[in-house]
Amino acid sequence: MGQALNQGVMQAKLWYAQRISAMVLGICVAAHLAMIFYAIRGGLTAQEILGRTQGNVLFAFFYEVFVLACFIHAPIGINNILQETFPRSGIAKPTACVLGLLILVLGSTAVVGVYSGGTL
Amino acid sequence: MSNTDLKVKVWRGAEQGEFVEYLVPRNPNQTVLDVVTYIQRKLDPTLSYRFACRVGMCGSCAMTVNGVARWTCRTHVSQIVQGDALEIAPLNNLPVIKDLATDMREFFNKWKGAVGFFKGDKTRYDDFAKVQPDSQERQLANAGIECIGCGVCYASCEVVESRPNYLGPAALNRAWTLTNDVRDVQQIERMRAVAGDAGCHACHSQGSCTEACPKSIAPTASIAGLKKLVARAAVRGSKWGKL
Repeated sequence: MGQALNQGVMQAKLWYAQRISAMVLGICVAAHLAMIFYAIRGGLTAQEILGRTQGNVLFAFFYEVFVLACFIHAPIGINNILQETFPRSGIAKPTACVLGLLILVLGSTAVVGVYSGGTL
Repeated sequence: MSNTDLKVKVWRGAEQGEFVEYLVPRNPNQTVLDVVTYIQRKLDPTLSYRFACRVGMCGSCAMTVNGVARWTCRTHVSQIVQGDALEIAPLNNLPVIKDLATDMREFFNKWKGAVGFFKGDKTRYDDFAKVQPDSQERQLANAGIECIGCGVCYASCEVVESRPNYLGPAALNRAWTLTNDVRDVQQIERMRAVAGDAGCHACHSQGSCTEACPKSIAPTASIAGLKKLVARAAVRGSKWGKL
């Protein structure tokens, strides 16, 4: 009983985290799309991208926030969807954990990559 | 058989069973409950179903009519008949006892599970509690208070179908009205009981309960209120304390 109660409170906290990260994502996705439309006006090359992003702290900060919001938001949602779709499979938590780790590691690697221009 | 007879398919059996067709004469202003009563009294006395008040107060006559959960005593045949056919089945998401009667124990046990009952701290020697009718809490409680416990929302809910331990719209709506009852003293226990995936946070906000509710209550809105209140109480605390 006690464990079930704690689990409910934990799930409520996760729901809250997902809500807040969704708000952050809403802003990030809008800014990201606007940036894409702006950036591709005259074609798109790797030099152009790196020219904008290399050494740009503001750019790196924005995208790291984006990555962190995804890291919080996506695994909670995937866990819920898998738990409801395959309730007895036990795959929900492990899949969500792997997904979260992948988003964090790959996302942060990408942010460091475009910031440093591949020199790190 | 006259041309105006209704072709009524009625579920006979328990979990296993079949639809049996009966011919029932049409009458003006006939309700679905009138149809079922006609079958039981004139055609087949072994038909089991449940009703009491016949005026939309008691919440005992809900059935699935033409695929949709409805209160049968206040549903006119003319509103929902498709051609001359009616299909009447027991409510979804509840075990069938026999024919149109379902076992409602789980439904009502979940009200208890959601701490869906009042507990105050006053005695008969205390003065009446004064609750302003236009206060925000009272207004929110009023919005959900007219529930008759018919189970239509529970039978219409997709989350109940996929998560059998989910408390369901009616129990959570009741919990929300009590959360807004300033006299109640079980707020922390109630918030703990309705937190998480067996409680309010599993709701998909699809709104089937609100669409189906015969009393025009919006359990979806009540559950949304609980979600915010309980999640905040878990993270930041509430006026009654932290979870």
